Amino acid sequence: MTANDTRPPVVEIRDLHFGYPGQPVFTGAKAEIRDGSFVSIVGPNGGGKTTLLKLILGLLQPERGSVRLFGGSPAKQRGRVGYMPQHAHVDPQFPVTVLDVALMGRLGPGRMAGPFRGTDRAVALRALSETETADLRDKPFSALSGGQRQRVLIARALACEPDLLLLDEPTASLDPTVQDDLFTLLHRLNERMTVVLVSHDVSTVSRHVDTILCVNQDIDEHPAGAISGALADLFPGAEGLSLVRHDHHHHGHGDGEHPRGGRS
Amino acid sequence: MSDFLTALVQHAFLRQALLAGLLASIACGMVGTYVVTRRITVIAGSLAHTVLGGMGAAYWLRSAHGVQWLHPLHGAVVAALLGAGLIGLVRARSREREDTVISALWAVGMALGVFFLFKSPGYKADLITYLFGNIVMVDPAALRLLVGLDALILLLVLTFYHPLLAICFDEEFARLRGVRVGWLYTLLLALIALTIVTLVYVVGIVMVIALVTLPASIAGLFVRRLWPTMVLAAVLSSAFTVVGLGISYGADLPAGATIVLLTGVVYAAAQFGSAWSGRFR
Repeated sequence: MTANDTRPPVVEIRDLHFGYPGQPVFTGAKAEIRDGSFVSIVGPNGGGKTTLLKLILGLLQPERGSVRLFGGSPAKQRGRVGYMPQHAHVDPQFPVTVLDVALMGRLGPGRMAGPFRGTDRAVALRALSETETADLRDKPFSALSGGQRQRVLIARALACEPDLLLLDEPTASLDPTVQDDLFTLLHRLNERMTVVLVSHDVSTVSRHVDTILCVNQDIDEHPAGAISGALADLFPGAEGLSLVRHDHHHHGHGDGEHPRGGRS
Repeated sequence: MSDFLTALVQHAFLRQALLAGLLASIACGMVGTYVVTRRITVIAGSLAHTVLGGMGAAYWLRSAHGVQWLHPLHGAVVAALLGAGLIGLVRARSREREDTVISALWAVGMALGVFFLFKSPGYKADLITYLFGNIVMVDPAALRLLVGLDALILLLVLTFYHPLLAICFDEEFARLRGVRVGWLYTLLLALIALTIVTLVYVVGIVMVIALVTLPASIAGLFVRRLWPTMVLAAVLSSAFTVVGLGISYGADLPAGATIVLLTGVVYAAAQFGSAWSGRFR
């Protein structure tokens, strides 16, 4: 919360109302993501993290209130977003090479027909270099490790030449060393773009990001340093959580927060 | 097999049959790869059966109402495209479950075909031809249509290769990039529909699904990129068609069933071999 405050907001949410039939998710939530910040959206499963992401991307429309992206409507502005979905979202056996995947970031409304141009290939290759996967460019996506796949999907997002990088659960199912490498990369990218990531793992992200948005029916903003307060919001009644701030496992502290390690 | 080669030189109908099989193989190699990787085999099956409605209607118009220029394959093209358009529309616009619509098309298309063929005067042997294929029934008019369809499919796949790949791999990401996903998905369905039409004479409506999915599936065991999978699937499909036709000619067996059985045997062997050796993946 320093000089960032003077810059225009990348995402601006006001009086947000949204819900699914019989299940309200947001009732009057507000939040702001400032240009150049490094933000994590955290919260228990079912608290509305993915819904919030879809609202920001304009895949869902608010019932009331507004979601603004770069000061405009999300559907019109989302071309400026580089999006990385949860890795379980793509079929790992799909017959594509790493470069094929990165090149998908170059598609757009005006680029539907015919082969890619040389500039598209250059941008995609630069994105792969940036995520240290350029030497894998001709490898099948199916032959990569989990961490490599995340990096290639980030490269695809970077190939969009985005102003905002939006990542859904980038650390899920990665072991701690690989997670740290990933955050080093995200910090480097944060030097030139806003980075927003969704995570269910508060303790990991709180060590890396500068702002945390807690999503559980409502949206609360916390500087990452005040994370014990954020945790208290998330897991009411669990005093003394600061003692386990750096622990990766929150056994018994919450209603929906479970460690998810060990998935391949 | 040498009898078959001799016969091939002697008989124009066999050469036409072989050419029809090769044309269909090119289409199903390319489009079958999308069907397998996008996991929409059931849609392909549904469109295949929808085709009978159009063929029946065209046959009826010709035999009962004297519309002589109308070929059953014209009806097949119309029905297949209508089916593709309907599934595309339901997916994009409606809250109705997509799979229910797919099943409805499957059965209703079939029923319409039976209905029209029943109402057509004369001998009804054509129903069996449409259902189970009769590659030697390919006439020059059908062959010209097949060439046109093949050229169209090839052109569309080459033009929209990258966006089609993107929507098959990750539709949501493509939508966020501003790619017209609904339109492309309907295009893909139309390509599947046209491919099915090219296969109707080769193996028949009921068995079309084998040539759409199995060669691409076998190819996927050996190559791990989309366009080489397409090429290999087309080569495999051609081989199955030529060898199957040769076997059926020599042993006096139905060509469509022979081609499908051969494809099925190779598919099973390839899958078992792959699982057993563990080397391909």
